[in-house]
Amino acid sequence: MSLDPATVRRIATLARIRVEEEDVPRLQAELNGILGWIEQLNEVNVDGVEPLTGGARMAMKMRDDVVTDGGYPDQILANAPERIGDFFAVPKVVE
Amino acid sequence: MLTDLTIAEARDGLRARDFTAEALTIAHLHAIEALNPRLNAYLTVSHSQALAQAKAADAALAAGQGGRLAGIPLAIKDLFCTVGVRTTAGSRILEPFVPPYESTVTANLLRDGAVFLGKTNLDEFAMGSSNMTSAFGPVENPWKRRQDADAVLVPGGSSGGSAAAVAARLAMGGTGTDTGGSIRQPASFCGLVGVKPSYGRCSRWGVVAFASSLDHPGPFSRTVQDGAILLGSMAGHDPKDSTSADVAVPDYEAACRRGVRGLRIGVPREYRSDGMPAEIEALWAQGVAWLREAGAEIVDVSLPHTKYGLAAYYIVAPAEASSNLARYDGVRFGMRRDGEDLRDLYERTRAAGFGAEVRRRVLIGTYVLSAGYYDAYYLRAQKVRALILRDFTDVFAKVDALLTPTTPSAAFAQGEKMDDPITMYLNDVFTVPANLAGVPAISVPAGLDANGLPLGLQVIGRPFDEETVFAVAAALEAAAGFDAVPAIRAGG
Repeated sequence: MSLDPATVRRIATLARIRVEEEDVPRLQAELNGILGWIEQLNEVNVDGVEPLTGGARMAMKMRDDVVTDGGYPDQILANAPERIGDFFAVPKVVE
Repeated sequence: MLTDLTIAEARDGLRARDFTAEALTIAHLHAIEALNPRLNAYLTVSHSQALAQAKAADAALAAGQGGRLAGIPLAIKDLFCTVGVRTTAGSRILEPFVPPYESTVTANLLRDGAVFLGKTNLDEFAMGSSNMTSAFGPVENPWKRRQDADAVLVPGGSSGGSAAAVAARLAMGGTGTDTGGSIRQPASFCGLVGVKPSYGRCSRWGVVAFASSLDHPGPFSRTVQDGAILLGSMAGHDPKDSTSADVAVPDYEAACRRGVRGLRIGVPREYRSDGMPAEIEALWAQGVAWLREAGAEIVDVSLPHTKYGLAAYYIVAPAEASSNLARYDGVRFGMRRDGEDLRDLYERTRAAGFGAEVRRRVLIGTYVLSAGYYDAYYLRAQKVRALILRDFTDVFAKVDALLTPTTPSAAFAQGEKMDDPITMYLNDVFTVPANLAGVPAISVPAGLDANGLPLGLQVIGRPFDEETVFAVAAALEAAAGFDAVPAIRAGG
């Protein structure tokens, strides 16, 4: 499987990273290099193997479904690039 | 020189009141002032905070109190959130970020009385093996080639700043994170001990996430015993990390004195690659001989899926990263670039805020998780990951620990291995399998190459059996008698 320029643009859109048109060929070559190298995994017989999601080999603990934290909006908003009152502010999204 | 002491020696000296924690901290701050402009190991130096912590440690020690790390000055990788101290993850996108909370690992160290000298440089979001991807400039390895002393070498990565700081005596120990080798590889490049504990041993809460199922916080130190002391403080169950293991933390320092008599040590044949430098092959054989002489039984073993570890890693890690890094959108924290609308704001912020390697990995991760490609890439990689874990499980039915080289080369120069991303990725070929399987591993400095650069050996153990890993590492350390020091160091 190798990526064409349209797929590179589509992935960049999905990832919400602006890619300038002149950078597409270089990115395409780099990503195809990596994906080509990864193809070696097709040599491995994985029939009947259960996928492993992570290194933790224990059941997740249950906890009471109660609020244990919060109530400090100023701390939450302290790093906001823009705030209005106790809200994060963004450009208008609804006309 | 106070800066040459080990943590164990400093702990004894502080308790005996031979010197004060304040004097110890000032000695390190002076060393940082002298050498950090060159090494770029620290991104932020917490001068006044460190002095206040040292004075508090002195007061506690004078009262006959003080935790096990009272007054010990440490370097903290700038991936651990620290209250009120800027935490950048080596990225422009977090350049203005000042966390309102403390990571669990650093909170544990503070609970035990440690002094934080500052936050150390790293590859951006811990993605790299050379510290060259940091948005705040590369770090210089304090070690120099004998033949080519002008060459500026990399400290390894991603925890390159902590490694350079501890090697150059700008801290007594440090914290790192290891997602594919980011503690063990820089430890090997800088002549240090680096510990990647079992997955779940150290909480990930408050550590800026790269690949959550692979990220492991751990310590850097100049001796195995010091590594045991630091891990003992950092480790422990944390309800705030759902993958944190509710398992008692044993006495790692005591484990260092166990010896290896009667232990079965596996030597995996798949770690013998064709291109391996003869010096590394010879050092590995020497390590085997040391352990045999110390009373261990050596067993040839096989981990048949080793060669597929890196490729599986470069699907799983970018996939998780693409998800974790979705939070950097210019809205709630970090940098913002304005756009025509909200979506344009996201895209411009992320294009300007992320460096080339991070953008590349987010794009790869987005692709392998996208509809139509998920099964072919991500699911297959997870199955290969299961086979790699099975390799370890099978082999640990026969042996107590494994001995391998840590890296396929000594430290390389800045600018080398930059031709294409895969050349850089190959640095982690011996370290990645332990991350995929979640098993504990350590790198111990074991010798020098012909150019006078340090080389490490890696010990890998059973899940949650760091004690055996420390025992084997201590035996290697005792046999190796590694006493070389880097060219650039405090008082050097």
